[in-house]
Amino acid sequence: MSTNVPVEATVDHRAPLFKRLPVISHFNKSVGLQRGMLVIGLVLTGTFLLTAIFAPLIAPFGFAQLSDADGSFPTQEPPGGKHLWGTTVGGYDVFSRVIWGSQTAVLVIVVAVVLSIFAGVILGLVSGYIGGWLDRILVVVADAIYAFPSLLVAIVMAIVISGGQSSLFGGVLAAAISITVVFIPQYFRVIRAETIRLKAEPFVESAKVVGASSIRIMSRHIYRNATRTLPLIFTLNASEAILTLAGLGFLGFGIEPSSAAEWGFDLNKALADTTSGIWWTGVFPGLAIVWTVLGLTLVGESINDLNDPRLRGRKKAASGKGGPDSSAGDQAAIEAEVRSA
Amino acid sequence: MTTLIEAPPTDADGLLPSKKKKSGGGLGQYILIRFLLIFPTIFILVTMVFFLMRITGDPITAAMGGRLPPEQLQERIQAAGYDRPLLVQYFEYLAQLVTGNFGTTLSDNRKVTEMLATYGAATLELTINALIVALLVGIPFGMIAAHRRDHVPDAVLRVFAILCYATPVFFAGLLLKLTFSVWLGWLPVAGRAKTSSELALTGLQAPSGIYWLDAIRSGNMAALGDVMAHAVLPAIALGLLTAGIFLRLVRTNVIGTLGRDYIEAGRSRGVSEFRLVTKHAYKPALIPIITVMGLQIAVMLGGAVLTEKTFEWQGLGFQLANYLTARDFVAVQGIVVLLAVIVAVTNFIVDIVAALIDPRVRY
Repeated sequence: MSTNVPVEATVDHRAPLFKRLPVISHFNKSVGLQRGMLVIGLVLTGTFLLTAIFAPLIAPFGFAQLSDADGSFPTQEPPGGKHLWGTTVGGYDVFSRVIWGSQTAVLVIVVAVVLSIFAGVILGLVSGYIGGWLDRILVVVADAIYAFPSLLVAIVMAIVISGGQSSLFGGVLAAAISITVVFIPQYFRVIRAETIRLKAEPFVESAKVVGASSIRIMSRHIYRNATRTLPLIFTLNASEAILTLAGLGFLGFGIEPSSAAEWGFDLNKALADTTSGIWWTGVFPGLAIVWTVLGLTLVGESINDLNDPRLRGRKKAASGKGGPDSSAGDQAAIEAEVRSA
Repeated sequence: MTTLIEAPPTDADGLLPSKKKKSGGGLGQYILIRFLLIFPTIFILVTMVFFLMRITGDPITAAMGGRLPPEQLQERIQAAGYDRPLLVQYFEYLAQLVTGNFGTTLSDNRKVTEMLATYGAATLELTINALIVALLVGIPFGMIAAHRRDHVPDAVLRVFAILCYATPVFFAGLLLKLTFSVWLGWLPVAGRAKTSSELALTGLQAPSGIYWLDAIRSGNMAALGDVMAHAVLPAIALGLLTAGIFLRLVRTNVIGTLGRDYIEAGRSRGVSEFRLVTKHAYKPALIPIITVMGLQIAVMLGGAVLTEKTFEWQGLGFQLANYLTARDFVAVQGIVVLLAVIVAVTNFIVDIVAALIDPRVRY
């Protein structure tokens, strides 16, 4: 505009780096119920992560430990005393296994999400940018996998990779890859749609004119712009990864109890206990799953709502009138809901 | 404005550009294209499942390996034709599928189609029951949440909806079992019916396999009560999973319609708030739910596998878990293919229903 506006003024409007970090900026934007949900989610997720990191310090026993200096652990002992949450039919300490289980969960989430982002982004970029028959085939395949019950895809993959059960490393990898296959179509769709949109942007055309190669355009110009929405899918998928892992474990496709602790597997074993009224073997691992998924979902959904100005809750003064914007906001909320479901 | 924002995703789904160019193509053409699209979906899934399962080796070694001497194993592999090239086996398998022959299970030597028919009915029953629970919980609570938007009931119900999603079905099932079967002793622990009523129902002429339907048809009230008692907990466990999603959908949609002018007009004419929510705002809000209900079928089937395992409900999921443990991959493959067909067909029906309700979908 005019020359008397100093350039520094625009720079000064930006908050310090600390305040612009993803979760913190979201926190500052939130009000009321939304802030409450975000905070609860962060607390739940935080405790989950801390438990995973400090599992060796928190857990009194190893996940596969069956005895200590005083002799073998009793079996099916009710909670209390030395075994805080009781012991299982096999003599494992429930508390220790729940704590160690958080480590397995983190490992699987990280490996699964990193793998699926990697594969999904590359496929999405290539498919969207190159187009043609390759694009058609990839879209049809991705849609077919996407429509199918994710647990069944994961089961098929688990059979392929490990034939069922295996060591900690093999088991984690098998579970992670099984989950990856379920998630690739989601990342693929998002990245492909963005790539198609960006392909028509002037800066891509100018890069072409300058003579940049396809790979360079994809990896520099489009990649940077197309991956902005990924952190959000990441949080939402992390919770789904936990549920898929637990489902696999519950069906007996988990990791052997001697190589790692896994909540779903423990619940499978606990199923037989319930009829005789033994509740502690199932309730605690189950609560751990709910705790983690709830935390991740709350964080993911809050960030989703806060990213969209139309879904963001407004401070009281502004929300009273509604105005022309509010119906558009509601419409957007509906669309977001339909898409996410 | 909203259309502008929506543009990229719809663009991304245009996998049949020819369909789009012919704008104004009638409903018949749309249905035909959708119908034809079922086949590649099923074909891709069948192909993927077949090759993925065979990468690891032949089914007989998987099922019997270690239990039979190597020579005998080799003999059986040869007899079943698993030593031939993979592609030959693949085309033979496809040809069999087309004629409706899914093969024979390895672990208990049954015809796969027979097994699917027997247990499919049980899974169908469970899914229907769960859907009823989901609708009964999701729709009224969604309307309450919309009506009391941003107040305490809304907050509570939204947390409830997220909890529904965050609780794995098998854990919900375990808690329900503990509370209502073991501690309170109100409901049976597991299974579909007592042995006596099961015998009475399967002995009927041409049983549908859906127990409550058979019980009503034969007028066997004792069996009906028994079947109902067995059905409650699994239906709740699986239904709550979807109820949360329905609740949120109804809530946002009713909020959307509550802001329309015709609601305001109704209110000014003195229509009660209750009637406004339950009649005026609710009906237009139902349309998206039909679409999502179809998409939910995949989630429901996945959940059914886990629910059946939890409650020893003798359906496809329960059998799937058993066959997985027995490493009987012929049976697993059959179940997976059947589920693929169900999902594809449901999606087709949903697309058609959506197109009938909202002509804009057809292009």
